[in-house]
Amino acid sequence: MAKNLSVKKSKIEIVRAPDGIEGQGFFATSLDKVIGLARKNSLWPLPFATSCCGIEFMATMASSYDLGRFGAERLSFSPRQADLLLVAGTISKKLGPTLRQVYEQMAEPKWVMAIGACASSGGIFDSYSVLQGIDRIIPVDVYVPGCAPRPEQIIEGLLKIQELAANESLKRRDSQDYKRMLESYGIDIK
Amino acid sequence: MSQQELLEQLKQDIEAHFQGAVVNTELPYNFPTLTVAHAHIHNVLKYLKENERWNFFFLTDLTGIQTEDEKHLGVIYHLHNFISNNRIRVKTFFSIDKPEVPTVADLWSTANWMERETYDFFGVIFKGHPNLKRILNADEMDIFPLRKEFPLEDQVREDKDDKMFGR
Repeated sequence: MAKNLSVKKSKIEIVRAPDGIEGQGFFATSLDKVIGLARKNSLWPLPFATSCCGIEFMATMASSYDLGRFGAERLSFSPRQADLLLVAGTISKKLGPTLRQVYEQMAEPKWVMAIGACASSGGIFDSYSVLQGIDRIIPVDVYVPGCAPRPEQIIEGLLKIQELAANESLKRRDSQDYKRMLESYGIDIK
Repeated sequence: MSQQELLEQLKQDIEAHFQGAVVNTELPYNFPTLTVAHAHIHNVLKYLKENERWNFFFLTDLTGIQTEDEKHLGVIYHLHNFISNNRIRVKTFFSIDKPEVPTVADLWSTANWMERETYDFFGVIFKGHPNLKRILNADEMDIFPLRKEFPLEDQVREDKDDKMFGR
């Protein structure tokens, strides 16, 4: 009888602490891991949605798929407060400078996800007017294939971004390699 | 009045006012279509708009075309008379080496943006247009993309090759 009264374990799983040394009243780990954990679970995405991939992203944000489960439900429509640029849809050559400006306005650390075939490579729009992939003007961290990708795929992409955010060295954004990489895209470092 | 009769009467009336203006007439899909000599185009359109008998006061559309031999450009005007509910199409053609045609922005204000679009895509210079610059494409574009001499595809694309896509 007593066995049946045992409390059921909750289905809700909160973020696990990183590896470290635990004792009574203290927990020691590296700063990289703590900051990585915080960044990973509180990404503020900026949706740069221009077309059908943007519709899929709306579904991803809504209740059925719920990006809030990954701590990314706070969309930022100002680049100044965003960590993650989500480019969903066809980017024309005329829109390219605007996209680059949005990227430049974001504060470090920042990540970029190209959602769908058009943002990744130009997709079916092999045309004089369409940018053949946003990586021609800004660096991209994760590409999500599909035309348009299903919400599950977009979530998979977000998980990859989380992985990058969690494991990134704190020194990376100050490194010469990173500066050289930005310079190769012609992005000014102030 | 049938469309055939309308076309005949239009042709006769325009010829009476502007000697040698009508180069050709057609009736594709029962749609009266006149090809007007380049030198007369502005006067003919002004006449069709302002003459009380014809009264084609509404410019539905204005667009460009390149002929099959790639040596000529054309401009096509779609006119509409709301009162009699008659629609006609007026075309004019000129050499691609001197792609100039008088503007009709002085007759219809709506032609302003339509002519900018035609300039943007075909490089037709509309003489007398108040603000002839690109309207849809990026300002720094140095081609007129709908002309046949320019490739439609973006030339920097690497993931398509002849083997797979017949480029």
